[in-house]
Amino acid sequence: MPEMVDQIFVLLKHWIMGYVPGSLQPLCSAILSVLPILVVFPLLFAITTVLERKGLGRMQNRYGPNRAGPWGILQPAADGIKSLTKEDIVPRSADQLVHLLAPVLIVIASFLVYSVVPVGRNMVVADLNAGVLFFFAIGSMVELAVFMAGWSSRSKYSLLGAMRAIAQMISYEMPMVLSGVVAIMAAGSLSTVTIVNMQAGYTGIWPHWYLFTPWGITGYILFMIAATAESNRCPFDLPEGESEIIAGYFIEYSGFKFALFFVAEYLGMMATSAMAITLFLGGWAAPFSFLTWIPSWFWFFAKLIFMLMIFIWIRGTLPRLRMDQLMNFGWKFMLPLSLINIVCAGLWHYLPAGFTRWSVISLLLLLSCFLLSRSLRRSKWFQERTYRFAS
Amino acid sequence: MTLSFLLLAAIAILGAAAAMNLKSAVHCVLALTLGMVGLAALYLQLGAQFVGLTQLLVYVGAVAILAVFAIMLTRSRTGETVAHGSASSRISGALTALLVFAVLAWAIFTGVSPQPLSGAQPEASVREVGVALMQRFVLPLEIIGVLLTAALVGAGVLAIEEKGGDR
Repeated sequence: MPEMVDQIFVLLKHWIMGYVPGSLQPLCSAILSVLPILVVFPLLFAITTVLERKGLGRMQNRYGPNRAGPWGILQPAADGIKSLTKEDIVPRSADQLVHLLAPVLIVIASFLVYSVVPVGRNMVVADLNAGVLFFFAIGSMVELAVFMAGWSSRSKYSLLGAMRAIAQMISYEMPMVLSGVVAIMAAGSLSTVTIVNMQAGYTGIWPHWYLFTPWGITGYILFMIAATAESNRCPFDLPEGESEIIAGYFIEYSGFKFALFFVAEYLGMMATSAMAITLFLGGWAAPFSFLTWIPSWFWFFAKLIFMLMIFIWIRGTLPRLRMDQLMNFGWKFMLPLSLINIVCAGLWHYLPAGFTRWSVISLLLLLSCFLLSRSLRRSKWFQERTYRFAS
Repeated sequence: MTLSFLLLAAIAILGAAAAMNLKSAVHCVLALTLGMVGLAALYLQLGAQFVGLTQLLVYVGAVAILAVFAIMLTRSRTGETVAHGSASSRISGALTALLVFAVLAWAIFTGVSPQPLSGAQPEASVREVGVALMQRFVLPLEIIGVLLTAALVGAGVLAIEEKGGDR
């Protein structure tokens, strides 16, 4: 019985496919795989916006949305209707075609990355040989869309926002990829499905997730910091800094195009969370061996919502970074530490298993983390700030 | 020739042609990116996942962004128009393109593959690429690494020298 509940969506697809004539089967199979992604993740986005606004409201000692429906749960529907009925204003001097294409491209790129994320046992749209590479390759298209949005608006604020966003995304893409490399090294494969399968076993009741190794937890934390920066969220929300450049690269967008940027930002956040779950948190695997009777897709989405909660918590807690702090942290701390982490993962592979391996690698990582952060604090950037044009 | 091949080839050629003919520099970069995406899709269609995705990662993720940044930082007005070449440079360019095309076409039509192509696709191609890079081609890989590091250091030195008087 648990197996059937676990595979219920796969069985459902096979059952529908039984009624489809042979010539239409490839097309129908593709549609049946893609459609759930197009339904579930936007729905999750809607839930996340309510959770975020309620959660942030709690943290800031206010109520949050509480007018639309009971406890404000109909707020996303109201927001959707509002943005659909708003007037779509395009600046007269804007580059009309590029201005139109930018939100389309960013949403396409945000949806495409979900095709390699395994959301449950046997539940992945495309088990690519180079799935992780596909994820990062498509993710880099977002940068181009951001530039297109910022440049085509012909506004100084949007151009500044785009420059900030691209600089930040390029700087944090490298630590993100490099911190993901340790999981690829351990699994010996670029396929997301294989990486999850390699983490599926248990020792006693404890799972074999890469999170529970010294290099795994370092990689996970680095990956999450880089993911926060990639999705332009607080404390890395300089590209949108309301107090400085109003709204960043999508300032000249209104109506549903604006909503598309909003959707893409949240979809990107969920996609990087899903990739972090795949690489370090065992994908759809249950956290304890005695909980395996709960279906795999439930565990995946439980982990995803947990990760989104962390994102919201961080947003409610931390203030925005300064540009120089952002760049110094990215290049002088994240990048060296992720490179050291790769070396440590290699050492871990060749050292004999046991307590010695654990302590040696942990000590190595802690020491390098300590030294790197010390050098950051020592550098003149973190001293008292002097202003050139203000007193 | 399947329909998907024709479509992807058309995208690649259209992108490249537009990159040469559009007025605005930023439009040229975007058109070139479209051509690169078409090429990457062609690689993917041929089953060369690693090459296709690397093409996407390098050309869309890095080269296009770099070109865009270069345009942004070096031109006073954003999206300034590009001056297209004079008649003589156009003719020489067309001649070069024709020669390259002729050599490629000759190579494709007269060349024979050393072993007959088997129907079976080589599986786990990413793994094979990795093994080849780490064993047979490890020396070229290291040399390229040293070259790139030297370029990086050089770029850093150039960037620092400009601000020398300020400090």
